[in-house]
Amino acid sequence: MDLILFLIFAIIAVVSAVNVVVQTHPISSAVSLIGVMGSLAVLYLLLGAEFIAAAQVIVYAGAVMVLFIFVILLLNAGAETKRGRSFMVQLLGVPLLIALLGLLAFFVSRLFPRGVSVRFGGFTGGTAQAVGKALFTTYLLPFEVTSLLILIAILGAIVLARKELD
Amino acid sequence: MDAFVVISLIKAAVIAFVLLTAVAYLQWVERKVIAHIQLRMGPYRVGPHGLLQPLADVIKLITKEDMMPSYVNKPIYLLAPFIAVSMSLLSIAVIPFGPTISVAGYQTGMQLADLNIGVLYILAVSSMGVYGVALAGWASNNKYALLGGLRSSAQMISYEIPMALAIASPLLISNTLSLKELVATQSGSVLDWNVLHRPFPQIIAFLIFLIAGFAETNRVPFDLPEAENELVAGFHTEYSSMKFASFFMAEYLNMVTVSSLATLLFLGGWEAPWPAAKGSNLIPSVIFLVAGLTALYHAAHPARRMDKYTLAAFGMVFLALAGVFVLPIVQSWLLPLFWFCAKAGAILFAFMWVRGTLPRFRYDQLMSFAWKFLFPVAMLNLLVTSFLVAWF
Repeated sequence: MDLILFLIFAIIAVVSAVNVVVQTHPISSAVSLIGVMGSLAVLYLLLGAEFIAAAQVIVYAGAVMVLFIFVILLLNAGAETKRGRSFMVQLLGVPLLIALLGLLAFFVSRLFPRGVSVRFGGFTGGTAQAVGKALFTTYLLPFEVTSLLILIAILGAIVLARKELD
Repeated sequence: MDAFVVISLIKAAVIAFVLLTAVAYLQWVERKVIAHIQLRMGPYRVGPHGLLQPLADVIKLITKEDMMPSYVNKPIYLLAPFIAVSMSLLSIAVIPFGPTISVAGYQTGMQLADLNIGVLYILAVSSMGVYGVALAGWASNNKYALLGGLRSSAQMISYEIPMALAIASPLLISNTLSLKELVATQSGSVLDWNVLHRPFPQIIAFLIFLIAGFAETNRVPFDLPEAENELVAGFHTEYSSMKFASFFMAEYLNMVTVSSLATLLFLGGWEAPWPAAKGSNLIPSVIFLVAGLTALYHAAHPARRMDKYTLAAFGMVFLALAGVFVLPIVQSWLLPLFWFCAKAGAILFAFMWVRGTLPRFRYDQLMSFAWKFLFPVAMLNLLVTSFLVAWF
């Protein structure tokens, strides 16, 4: 059951991710990106990290992508026209893609030890309590520094968006 | 198949059937309530007191011609109503309507799924519901629809923040994210409900939640996305037949979700206002008895010719219900259901009341109200609550 769900949502995630790049219209790309975020949330859920899954949907699939779509609607962006691909792209595109995938596979096989496979529901620190406890004890400093960073970003946005005073 | 799957399927079917019927009749209730506020009769022709009007509306909506304009973006145009209605149906799955009961020796809760992140689940699903409206507005390729979609997404993003902050404060008091445990922490009397709970009564959070809930469901006074005097019908201008009905259903389902969530978070869910030992389990019977006797009195002194039969029939139904509520075998599940429906129904009535009495906000007022008033107040409320919860 877990394996079937994993396969379904992994395929949805990959197909949507490819679709983000292939689509010509920004809205279609954004909708595909929502699909990626949503299926990633399901994958987190299958691993047993329910809080992360909920946060993934609320923050990424919900808030961030709504802002994306909002901006696309506001600017009323049209579909981009397809231009002929340059000679370099036609020549090097496929070899470079294969090289990138090969490198990724190499690093993944090196970084993760053999024999230890991921088990569905094997992650136990996924409840809201566990995440909260980890944030406020083990990772207190990074957590506070991140909040500070976000505060600085908000201030920067206000400064940039402020109307010029004559 | 094991018993869990069978029971879950039965529960899903029952909840879906009851909910969709309730949504159809909510529309009838709303038309009646607003009609009476405006000194009109409301629907009266189809069936006694217009009671078959929802059925007629459903048949009309299904059999109407489904127009699709040639200039729409077809896949997204078709996707949008589907997102809207499925997201609003999904959030009902975690709402508990009553405590755990035993049916034929099998223990089961009166809810589909008891998630330990139930509140977050509802927030997540409702934040996905924005796409239905925003994409419908865009895909229609119509300037009024686009403006409606834009307004709606801006409004929903803005009001989601005070709403989430207002939800956070009762969670601090109850110390759980599961909707079922949330109700368990509020059991006892009315003073234990989160709206009046020690150490800090959440009345402010309750009001903020309701206001933000009105905005999230695009209801008056925040129905800017479909402001008919300026935007024709807003985001669903280009939709007809069942696709239009899907948006309509989504709006009513969201109303039901918001009312249920307010009931669970602030009003003690299915708990009675005071303990059953002091006679709270007689209240439903008394209410139905009074309603039945009133109907029978008016049937004896009819104002209109038909009232002699219709009001007499309603009176008998109410008296029968009053009798059902004192039967000991059904009390264990009927009483919690009654209290849940009564509280959620009171909030739904407030939705209609506000629609009948308040004008619409201007767009800049809507935004400044959310960001300059609701957001700071919700933040302050959360801060005070967390200090007091940490203190005591």
